[in-house]
Amino acid sequence: MAEKPIQGEKRVFMTGNEVVAWGALAAQADIMYGYPITPQNEIMHYWSRLAPKHGKKFLQTEDEISAGFTTIGGTIIGARAFTGTSGPGNTLMQEPMSMAEMYRVPAVFIIQQRGGPSTATVIYSQQEVTLTTFGGNGEGYRIVYSTATHQELFDYTIKAFNTAWKHRFPTFVLADGYQAKMREPLTIYDPEAKGIEMVPTVPTLGKEGVPGVDRPPVHMTNTRNTEEELYEVVKGLQAAYEEMWPEVEEHEAVECEDAEIIIVCHGVVTRSARVAVSQLREAGIKAGYFRPITLRPFPVEPMKQSIKGAKQLLMVESAQGQLARLVKDSIYGSTIPIEPMFRPGIGISSEEIVEKVQSLIK
Amino acid sequence: MEFDISMPKCWRRETKGHKFCPGCGHGLVLKALGLAIDELQIQDRVVFGCDIGCSLLAYDFFNVDTMQTHHGRTTPVITGIKRARPDRIGIAYMGDGGGYAIGSQHLVNAAARNERITAILVNNTVYGMTGGQMAPTTLPGMKTETSPYGREISQTGYPTQGPEMVAAITREGAYVARGTVGKLSQLKNMIKKALETQIAGTGFSFVEALSTCPTNWSTNAKDTWSFLEDEMTKYFKVGELKVPAKEE
Repeated sequence: MAEKPIQGEKRVFMTGNEVVAWGALAAQADIMYGYPITPQNEIMHYWSRLAPKHGKKFLQTEDEISAGFTTIGGTIIGARAFTGTSGPGNTLMQEPMSMAEMYRVPAVFIIQQRGGPSTATVIYSQQEVTLTTFGGNGEGYRIVYSTATHQELFDYTIKAFNTAWKHRFPTFVLADGYQAKMREPLTIYDPEAKGIEMVPTVPTLGKEGVPGVDRPPVHMTNTRNTEEELYEVVKGLQAAYEEMWPEVEEHEAVECEDAEIIIVCHGVVTRSARVAVSQLREAGIKAGYFRPITLRPFPVEPMKQSIKGAKQLLMVESAQGQLARLVKDSIYGSTIPIEPMFRPGIGISSEEIVEKVQSLIK
Repeated sequence: MEFDISMPKCWRRETKGHKFCPGCGHGLVLKALGLAIDELQIQDRVVFGCDIGCSLLAYDFFNVDTMQTHHGRTTPVITGIKRARPDRIGIAYMGDGGGYAIGSQHLVNAAARNERITAILVNNTVYGMTGGQMAPTTLPGMKTETSPYGREISQTGYPTQGPEMVAAITREGAYVARGTVGKLSQLKNMIKKALETQIAGTGFSFVEALSTCPTNWSTNAKDTWSFLEDEMTKYFKVGELKVPAKEE
């Protein structure tokens, strides 16, 4: 086998899409399937340049439906496979994603959010939260990581493969056009050098031996004949999902212990919240921020704990309350006031957050 | 049990009798496929994908690893498998709705990319499982649940001629044929050649099988056979459309 794509670790200055390609390479992904859509294109561009040099493969499919289903095919035969998409492509890909939930296919999806609804912008939003967490016909049996920095994009691309293959739920890295296109310094590394072991992949179909002779054949069907039969299947999926929940959920709570106001955000907006909290603290305002890293499964208990002592929440997101819906569902029973700061499809600066908090505090 | 002896070796006996309606042609297509798999001794290498529609009932038909997918999506699933594991033999099994309507973009592009997979498409001129709606292959004037006064070609176009289309967009090295459950031995040979094409790696392979649906045609045995043999073959010509050149 060719030598490792990254020896030890290396400081680099890259766009987020390039970071994802390198992350997948470091994670020993075998194949990417994809279809062009902005702003995720450069994941394919970099991957298709890197892949042949490292014995990896790439297939450009006819659309995102096909990209999703070919990714499922590759994964089910035992390859560490992934795809990337955005916006209307994410909409189309819900069909294969739903099948991945039913069959527990550990496929990895990278989503670079763009504006919506419809074609909208190719630039940025956080409007694919609902779609990525709960799209498809079913119950949202997926794992969704929302990243804030290029370092996280690299870390969580690697982690997504391991989470997927360990727990066998389709796993998503949810970023956005800003993260996709922006260039920023980070450290890329060989996971092994950091003590990260890649979870081995196993084929579901196409194992050795003659089916029916040396071993039973594998017959996969996602069709159920009665309501009760389906109910049992979904209950099984739900139980498996709940079992992995505490192990997989992740969050970041900063300065929440004594905070009077807690900013709730996710993804790239966290960067503005981080700056805002430090400026507010300097100004003597007791502010903190809570940020779910896994939007699915949502860090319900940590969130409840973190907001316990606060007087109010400020919900900040580049969407019309898609994160807020997840939050409200999670903290049901709490009477803490929630102030919305919804900016669908546009970026949010630390100054805007500071200004908003100051207006709420006085 | 004379019939038992004639079952292909790779059929899964525990799941027989099969789940298709009486008089349905699927069992015959799957018999032809089973015999071809037996003759080529590839049971351990085949990954079989079946679509939604009546073809899904084949999900436990063989002693081969099988994945039932979504409507029209068997071609990309098998493509994904084959791309990741070229040593496996990928078979995508679908109906005319799956291949020519909802999944037509996958069929067209898999053919255009010359994917080294084998697609087998069962053409019975109707959507069977959903209750006999008009399919891309419904004959002109033919009555279905969604063309109750007969297929009006000025409004709904002519029946899709799949193998002709696939032959037109594939290059040398591909195998394209139309067989019929009325000529089982010929159909078996076509499927075998298609699989050999995949094994040789020369190109995409595609076999359409003309088949029967007495349930939705509302025909008795005699009329079922007559529709298959006399009516369908007027529009859908049986034969090979593209054969890879023999190696010298």
